[in-house]
Amino acid sequence: MARSLIKVSPNPRRGEVIEIKTLISHEMETGFRHTSTGAAIPRDIITSFVATYNGEEIFAAQLFPAIAANPFITFYTIARESGVLEFRWTGDNGYAASEQVKITVE
Amino acid sequence: MGESTRVNDRAGAGWPSTRREVMKSAGALGLGSLLPPLSVRPAAAMPAGLKAAMAAVIGDAKLNIGRVKLEIPPLVENGNTVACAVAVESPMTETDYVKAIHIFNEKNPQPNVISINLGPRAGRAAIATRIRLSDSQTVTAVAQMSDGSFWSTSVDVLITLGACLEDPL
Repeated sequence: MARSLIKVSPNPRRGEVIEIKTLISHEMETGFRHTSTGAAIPRDIITSFVATYNGEEIFAAQLFPAIAANPFITFYTIARESGVLEFRWTGDNGYAASEQVKITVE
Repeated sequence: MGESTRVNDRAGAGWPSTRREVMKSAGALGLGSLLPPLSVRPAAAMPAGLKAAMAAVIGDAKLNIGRVKLEIPPLVENGNTVACAVAVESPMTETDYVKAIHIFNEKNPQPNVISINLGPRAGRAAIATRIRLSDSQTVTAVAQMSDGSFWSTSVDVLITLGACLEDPL
């Protein structure tokens, strides 16, 4: 299981715009590199990242090889109600990872 | 020549010494036309791959300049990890929000960097990530608004050491 880090304020006020920082460990092999013998290294990247807030999609990103290793994505959302933020990463070779964070809106 | 009658401390050196004179001679030399306009370069200067990738997103719509802020350090040592932030001017209400943000590059093997879907629930149309750049080049951010209009900004980045494409393992 890939290591992921999520940083989000756990107790935002209702209606507050909160910042969500996400990081996941992944090599993000571009598919444009070669070994010393000249063999092409196949592409192995995360292609999609989706964030949901109590089941509703709030953010989606399509990633390309030009995203640096260990994809780091920061975005914002409005803290509407208490609940669960879920993050899902999917990619080449059947890669799938997910992480959940609970927030309590005051 | 109203200015020539003005008392000038540094007169006699043969150089224009007031701001007005300097500006005038700069105009006469055509320096104004040498300064590049602050806009995106003509489409003809874009590589075909980038043009195709942008056309796939924008279609036939007009690409406006502005409303998008793209923050990348102008001089980067290592192209393998370049911090990159995009912020779009938008009220982010239910009726007027940013629908999508795309980042494109000019010289990497593939023109796309990231494509993001947003909605009014974001509250603020701003994102940040870390990207790879193979060479010194222009990075472009394009935002699609809920009314269907497209806005963009380009930034030139100087890379000392590019993201290694042919790095033998």
